[in-house]
Amino acid sequence: MSIIKGGSFIIENITPDQVFTPEDFTEEHRMIAKTTADFTEGEVAPLVEELEQQKEGLIRGLMQKAGELGLLGADVAEKYDGGELGKVGSSLITENTVKGGAFTVAHAAHTGIGTLPIVFFGTEAQKQKYLPGLATGELIASYCLTEPSSGSDALGAKTKAVLSADGKYYILNGTKQFITNAGFADVFIVYAKVDGEHFTAFIVDRDTPGLSLGPEEKKMGIKGSSTRPVILEDARVPVENVLGEIGKGHVVAFNILNIGRYKLGAACIGSSKYALEVSIQYALERKQFGRPIADFGMIRSKLAKMATRIYVGESMVYRNAGLLDDILSGIDQSSADAGRQAAKGIEEYAIECSINKVFASEVLDFVTDEAVQIYGGYGFIQEYPVERMYRDSRINRIFEGTNEINRLIIPSTLLRKGMKGELPLLAAAQKVMGDVLAAAQPVDEGLPLGLEKSLVDRAKKIALLFAGVAAQKLGNKLAEEQEILGNLADAIIEIFAMESVVLRTEKALAREGDRAQVKAKMARLYCYEAFQRVESLARETLAAVEQGDTLRTQLSAVKKLARVNPVNTIGLQRDIADRVIADGRYNF
Amino acid sequence: MKILVLMKQTFDTETKISLDANGKIDEAGVNFVVNPYCEFAVEEALRIKERLGAGEVTVLSVGPERAETSIRQCLAMGADKGVLVNTGGLEGGDEFTTAQIVAKAIEKVEYDIILAGFQAVDDGSAQVAPRVAELLGIPQVTVITKLELEDGKAIATREIDDGVEIIEVALPAIFTAQQGLAEPRYPSMKGIMQAKKKPMERYSLADLGLDAGLVGTDGAKVKIVELSLPTPRKGGKIVEGEPAEAAQKVVQLLRSEAKVI
Ligand SMILES: Cc1cc2nc3c(=O)[nH]c(=O)nc-3n(C[C@H](O)[C@H](O)[C@H](O)COP(=O)(O)OP(=O)(O)OC[C@H]3O[C@@H](n4cnc5c(N)ncnc54)[C@H](O)[C@@H]3O)c2cc1C
Repeated sequence: MSIIKGGSFIIENITPDQVFTPEDFTEEHRMIAKTTADFTEGEVAPLVEELEQQKEGLIRGLMQKAGELGLLGADVAEKYDGGELGKVGSSLITENTVKGGAFTVAHAAHTGIGTLPIVFFGTEAQKQKYLPGLATGELIASYCLTEPSSGSDALGAKTKAVLSADGKYYILNGTKQFITNAGFADVFIVYAKVDGEHFTAFIVDRDTPGLSLGPEEKKMGIKGSSTRPVILEDARVPVENVLGEIGKGHVVAFNILNIGRYKLGAACIGSSKYALEVSIQYALERKQFGRPIADFGMIRSKLAKMATRIYVGESMVYRNAGLLDDILSGIDQSSADAGRQAAKGIEEYAIECSINKVFASEVLDFVTDEAVQIYGGYGFIQEYPVERMYRDSRINRIFEGTNEINRLIIPSTLLRKGMKGELPLLAAAQKVMGDVLAAAQPVDEGLPLGLEKSLVDRAKKIALLFAGVAAQKLGNKLAEEQEILGNLADAIIEIFAMESVVLRTEKALAREGDRAQVKAKMARLYCYEAFQRVESLARETLAAVEQGDTLRTQLSAVKKLARVNPVNTIGLQRDIADRVIADGRYNF
Repeated sequence: MKILVLMKQTFDTETKISLDANGKIDEAGVNFVVNPYCEFAVEEALRIKERLGAGEVTVLSVGPERAETSIRQCLAMGADKGVLVNTGGLEGGDEFTTAQIVAKAIEKVEYDIILAGFQAVDDGSAQVAPRVAELLGIPQVTVITKLELEDGKAIATREIDDGVEIIEVALPAIFTAQQGLAEPRYPSMKGIMQAKKKPMERYSLADLGLDAGLVGTDGAKVKIVELSLPTPRKGGKIVEGEPAEAAQKVVQLLRSEAKVI
């Protein structure tokens, strides 16, 4: 299978067989999902209340149990007691832990940002020392990047490392802020600047003299997870615990965040499904005016929109996982620098990872918000599950790079790829200008997904058009025009979303026939609405960078590209709601 | 010790059952799982093997192609070998035909002991394993919650109405599992990845030398005339008032409205 270039979706069209979708899950994938869900429901969910109180030792015990089943080692090689389940398998585990409350957060932080730095950048000795314990749950990891004065600006860290006189230790001083799992972690991946200059990653053991913890933060949500400052006062870290190269800590930090981001996407989609499920159940049980509220159009419309966004997000998350698996499968695991090659492979999809993070965390916020609304006053009361879901959701737009930072990463990475000649962006933008002047292609709405494919194609053209104009007009100043970059990011996210859902649905229609009709309706509903958002992003952006006749010409080009027959979205929502309510859960 | 487990694939108990246009149960979008009672049997088989430190657990299922996924689930839990008798279009049999097929298939398998779920959560007939025991001419102990093995014999504890019954039988014998026998384990990730590599024997009904007329709907002694969903429960009635007064009212209603007394 040929490797698809990261970011190329913006200028190229691909076919359904080139993307991985949930329709491709193997029997093993299904079993992985089921075991994880059964384990979480059976062993963890009954303890969610106690987890919320941060009962001593509880999470550790559960992590150990999860480790025994192999639920911590999906990303770890077999020779270090891992399962090598691939990114699809690992996403399925993450997605299916979501009924575990704080356990879910601990699990994701441990298996993601906690363990992966050693998986990808550890030396053989470091891997042998730490990975088996991390894969089985004997050891728990945490990731210490953020500091009180440097959050988004992670490279602005003040923590300092100085080599000891005998050359055997680095002496670390500084404070790390908001460290997930800190309360019970054994292994801390700490970033510090050697001599205050060279940003470097270190593996720091819990019992290191000079390492201590600040108090637990009192949080808005994910209250059961441990979040504490990690304080380093002359902490003596053996030189062999340098992770990766001195001065290359940013390579470790950012590559790990890429994976953290796609994993977070999977977790958000899982949580969204759970929120939808309880919302449907509640809507069926709750009666007002003598009828279940699930009878009311406005409630049905909410359920339809929730399901649709989840379907789209799920299509994106597994497409991303498939991309990662494809590129990672080409790496010789026995080679000494397999980990680095893998990190490099993952970096290829930095854009896709950021897109997933932003999209899925915003799906979850939308879904939990509507869930509270469907519950009415009861949604505001702690006794009901959605109250916690609503609070727990909010952090996802903040950690693993805020959604603003991720929005900046998307267009800037894309433009860099264009500049380096990895993606022929400029040529594509110029071609669009030419195409727009030619006659518009008629859309064959009779074909399955004919309209949707045309919308994806035209959304790409519109985005290229306004990105091209902005880049041309603003040149180097574009980096300072964040609102424009934000619009570009939003358009790129929508395009990836639309394309992912169309490709998936095309596959589903071919394989499942009639049963995929509701998927097709969700694809239509999403594409139609997203297309209008892309159009309006283009109009807003162009109006900000151009004036007069040039602006008018550009706007009329956008208008021409954006011409679309009206779609009965209310009708679509009704059909989607019927199915979702009949199934009683997200079942696509 | 060679342990054979009979397993049925059933609907996930959380599945909402619906009927299709032909009045048949609609399988689209349904999750299929190992019948929970059979899962207890599989778990007990694995524990016996672990206790003895040796042995082989074979899981046999009769059903359509899709039943293979449930056999794999048992292999992922730790069973060693699967046997699928594919009914390939000749579904619609009953306990009688299923027992015939199972008994015939068992001729291909070595066993010292047979375990099964005491009933399946779908049909709930609790007949197949006892019928198989009769066909094989071996003892059966049903609805057991505990099983101890000593050389050549077994001591099983079974639930009866107002207590338990402890039964000793010579092996080979069939035991059917009740909840409480053994809480099933979760398949580990390692187990899941190994499941695909474990041996799976497949037989068609013809392979077993079974005549098409003797299985499926043709061979069944029970004919399904019609399927219908349970009528939805009507809302209840709350009788208000002082206890004594309310009780009187309830009796009145039970007599005049519900007509049950
Ligand atoms: C519960 C919890 C758990 C956490 N777990 C961990 C962990 O395990 N390890 C770890 O290292 N960190 C962790 N964090 C820290 C988290 O990653 C940071 O909080 C996050 O990166 C944001 O940094 P900040 O809080 O300093 O916000 P700031 O960086 O101060 O940002 C404030 C606001 O400004 C915006 N902003 C900042 N820079 C820009 C810019 N250039 N352009 C536009 N907007 C900008 C941000 O998007 C945000 O809206 C955790 C945080 C929380 C709350």
